Amino acid sequence: MSRRLPSQPGEVIDRERSIEFTFDGRPHRGYAGDTIASALLAAGVTVLSRSFKYHRPRGVMTAGFLDPGATVQVDDEPNVRGAHRRIEPGMVVRSQNRWPSLGFDVFAANDLVGRFLTAGFYYKTFIRPQRLWPIYDSILTRFAAGGEVSGDAPHAYYDKRYVHPDVVVAGGGLAGMTAALAAGEAGASVLLVEEEYELGGMSRYDPAGLERLSSLRKAIADRPEIEVMTNSVVTARYDDNWVAILQRGLPDVHERLVKARAKSLVVAPGLIERPFVFDGNDLPGVMLSTGVRRLINLWAVRPGMRAVVMTANDSGDAAIRDLERAGVEIGHVVDARQGGMLVRAGGRKSGVRWVEVDGGRRIRCDLVVTAVGWTAPTALLNMAGDRPVYDPRAARFFPSRLPDGVFATGWIAGDGSDDELADHAAAVGHEAARVAIQIGRSWQAARPWAAPVDPAAGLEGREPPVLDRHSHPELYRSSTHGVIDFSEDVTSKDILAAAAEGYDSIELVKRFTTATMGPNQGKLETVNAVAMLAEARAQTIADVGTTVWRPPYAPITLGALGGRTWEPVRVSPMHSWHVARGAVPLVAGQWIRPEHYGNPLREVATVRSGVGIIDVTPLGKLDLRGPDVPRLLNLVYVNKWSNLPVGGVRYGVMCAEDGVILDDGVTGRLGQDHYLMTTTSSGAATVWEWIENWLQTEHPDWQVHVTPVTTGFASMNVAGPRSRDLLQRLVSDIDLSPESFPYMAVRQGSIAGVDCFMWRIGFTGELSFELHVPAGFGLHVWEALFESGADLGVGPFGVEAQRIMRLEKGHFIVGQDTDGLMQGYSAGLEWMIKLDKPDFAGKPELVWQSTTDSNRLVAIQPIDHLVVPPEASQIMDGPHAVGRVTSSRFSPTLGRSICLGVVPPHLSIPGTIITIRLPNRTDAQARIMEHHAHFDPEGSRLRV
Amino acid sequence: MILVPCPWCGPRNSADLRYVGESRPRPDPTESSTDEWRSYLYMRDNPAGLTTETWYCRSGCRRYFVVERDSVTNQIRAARRPRLQLDLETQP
Repeated sequence: MSRRLPSQPGEVIDRERSIEFTFDGRPHRGYAGDTIASALLAAGVTVLSRSFKYHRPRGVMTAGFLDPGATVQVDDEPNVRGAHRRIEPGMVVRSQNRWPSLGFDVFAANDLVGRFLTAGFYYKTFIRPQRLWPIYDSILTRFAAGGEVSGDAPHAYYDKRYVHPDVVVAGGGLAGMTAALAAGEAGASVLLVEEEYELGGMSRYDPAGLERLSSLRKAIADRPEIEVMTNSVVTARYDDNWVAILQRGLPDVHERLVKARAKSLVVAPGLIERPFVFDGNDLPGVMLSTGVRRLINLWAVRPGMRAVVMTANDSGDAAIRDLERAGVEIGHVVDARQGGMLVRAGGRKSGVRWVEVDGGRRIRCDLVVTAVGWTAPTALLNMAGDRPVYDPRAARFFPSRLPDGVFATGWIAGDGSDDELADHAAAVGHEAARVAIQIGRSWQAARPWAAPVDPAAGLEGREPPVLDRHSHPELYRSSTHGVIDFSEDVTSKDILAAAAEGYDSIELVKRFTTATMGPNQGKLETVNAVAMLAEARAQTIADVGTTVWRPPYAPITLGALGGRTWEPVRVSPMHSWHVARGAVPLVAGQWIRPEHYGNPLREVATVRSGVGIIDVTPLGKLDLRGPDVPRLLNLVYVNKWSNLPVGGVRYGVMCAEDGVILDDGVTGRLGQDHYLMTTTSSGAATVWEWIENWLQTEHPDWQVHVTPVTTGFASMNVAGPRSRDLLQRLVSDIDLSPESFPYMAVRQGSIAGVDCFMWRIGFTGELSFELHVPAGFGLHVWEALFESGADLGVGPFGVEAQRIMRLEKGHFIVGQDTDGLMQGYSAGLEWMIKLDKPDFAGKPELVWQSTTDSNRLVAIQPIDHLVVPPEASQIMDGPHAVGRVTSSRFSPTLGRSICLGVVPPHLSIPGTIITIRLPNRTDAQARIMEHHAHFDPEGSRLRV
Repeated sequence: MILVPCPWCGPRNSADLRYVGESRPRPDPTESSTDEWRSYLYMRDNPAGLTTETWYCRSGCRRYFVVERDSVTNQIRAARRPRLQLDLETQP
């Protein structure tokens, strides 16, 4: 039977646009503008879901975002707020928390045993024996609430946006709109955020207020400095008015997280109507006064046939008028201001059938409406440091002391007529704008080149009028017990039980009973829970206090939090060549590099026997200029640099001030006062900041200029016994002979017609030349090398082949073979660390380490040459894990497995046989080697 | 996220900068004992109140600077260049 009413003056549905959708497989029809809940209720569907624990039938209660009875699954999306989400053509809606169906739910048996499922039942029952927990867990999971997430759900697009408005106004009711308008008129840029689909708040369901509302809407639309976001929520406020806004319902964007840096924040959320606690208060058909007003006025839905209304305020009285207008019979009015009381309600699965009022009288009805008071949504004020205070006369919490730059207006601040509230909001909006403009001017004035200016000049302050607080009876619970938290199925009896067990603080009661911990996070439940605890402990609500609201105020998807990122993806100029050759990509920090081109072992053989080329563009590169560069190098590296000649290259290791290895790399002297430093690929940014720190804070008198040139150069390493033969074909102005271009030297010239410098170093252990050419010519030089070296069998090699070869040579990788605790001597750097230097980073710790025994990085070879212990395998000393394998590979050159690892001093002596525990819990024996290098320890292949 | 007033770039989100830590003079590495050095490395005053700390404007001007911040209110009183830079300027 249709419950749709004739056209209402403020309705938001478009009767010209009919929309079809399904609910639990059945087709339904609604209008554009309908929510899932309003469309279903209009079609006579009163039960929308089952409750979380007892699986009791639930229907529409608040008809808004917080409605605990209207949580549904929409297509692939679980836990959708069905009283907020609008219907769309073809939407597939399913009820949640029921099996096999909404009408017949086997878990509803929980309701019958409800007296055993009191607060703490799960904690107490399933704790012993602990070994059975996995079984308990698997069974209990089936009872858990919520929808279903499909692994096949399509990836939606989530977005982020950054904005810098002068004023953010949270809440687009009359107060928020008026404040935004006043702020805009005062010259501020304003962002007005409203949770629902249109501005207006509660005035939308007051037919008498519609005229005022439409003129306000028009005034706002006419002000370009006011940006309006609807279907959006200010979900958090952090320091200095860093405001997080969740924006929903955008075309092609699932959700957008807007990060606003506001100078002022105006909090105008209005009030949330609070449910009344009585036996049967969760039956379908028990609604709040605002809920029925919304259904009638926004969606033209008749909430029932015969109503009993309990009213203690204007909202209840207005609901009675709305119901009468909608043709709903008013069976009885309980006026709580006159001492009337609603005792209990009863009915069946489909909904409420009767209520009992004081005096024991039973009244037949299919709709129960309560209007017993309000919860002030002070979340944003809490996040700003305010501790709201309870006023028993008005029966709600009020802000106490707002920090600078945060304002409150509307009903959260006090009561009054529409005109009085508008006066307050206008003054607050003006004041928010004044503060914001003054902050903006002071930022401008703080610029070193700014002319002196008085930021406050010409800005008049305006003290907002003091709002009244209307008296309201304190109504929390009837003489019977009922549900307090509808999302978590927590009853007033549960709170009493928790209090009886000694939980005397609301923060503890909350965690023990889970009241206020459901999807609504206390917006409907907190004050009732506080009142119940106050009753149990014979205290006042002010004594008990309230829980602290923390971000986020509104639920936010992980997608919106992760969303779009601005982390750049970096590729070298030769990337297209790698892709065309089928390179397997390796994500290394921001860089995408070729891991290999199909067969890393063959790539090793190519380098060891002929010539191979690797793209090493991601190597960090810093151009250092100035007369004091040698002093800087002496300070940041552990070895000595004063005697490096022009044309020379040296390898160095950097330690932090705690002596822990920070980075390593090669630095070459290109000219008298000109050096090029290379760092590890991942350490490029760190080393730059590290060097700037020394230059700016410790040695500002040194003349050194640092320029990061990592992406300015394309870098490639030409390695292998035939590398010189290859380069000779493309280089004419550099003498490549070993006599004039020895190992660890740098030369400048040109290759394939392109300016370059190259140095002879040897990470792979072979004769090799590392070329650096301007990035724009990288691909040209790279292709020229392959073209002219075809007859030499030149091939590309990737990171994996390089890692095998460097492990064959025993070179450690910072961060792989070293960790956040490994100091210089542990890596075997005795030959490099020069303690006779007067100062260098980390020296005092290294002086100390030189006098102690500490863990050592050693080369390890398993006795069984085919066993490759996975990296991070433990090295055992009896039953104790004392070390670990840091790198391991099968060496194609040696035909055996090779490792680097960290062991304690007593196991580090060459020849020691150690035990490595493999992941399958078997042990492998291995030998500690004399040199880090497994292959060519003398380095004879490098120096040809 | 607090706003940090970079003396050159103006107020910036703290995530645009790197928090270096409490500003403290580096002891002479040749003179200091192991204990003194470790106190420099690891011990922090961590006051509830005004603290002097170094920040690095890593997404802006790439300069290190020193701020006085109230660790309770996050209010920042002053932002200036590092101590030794200022010393250098005042030398005759």
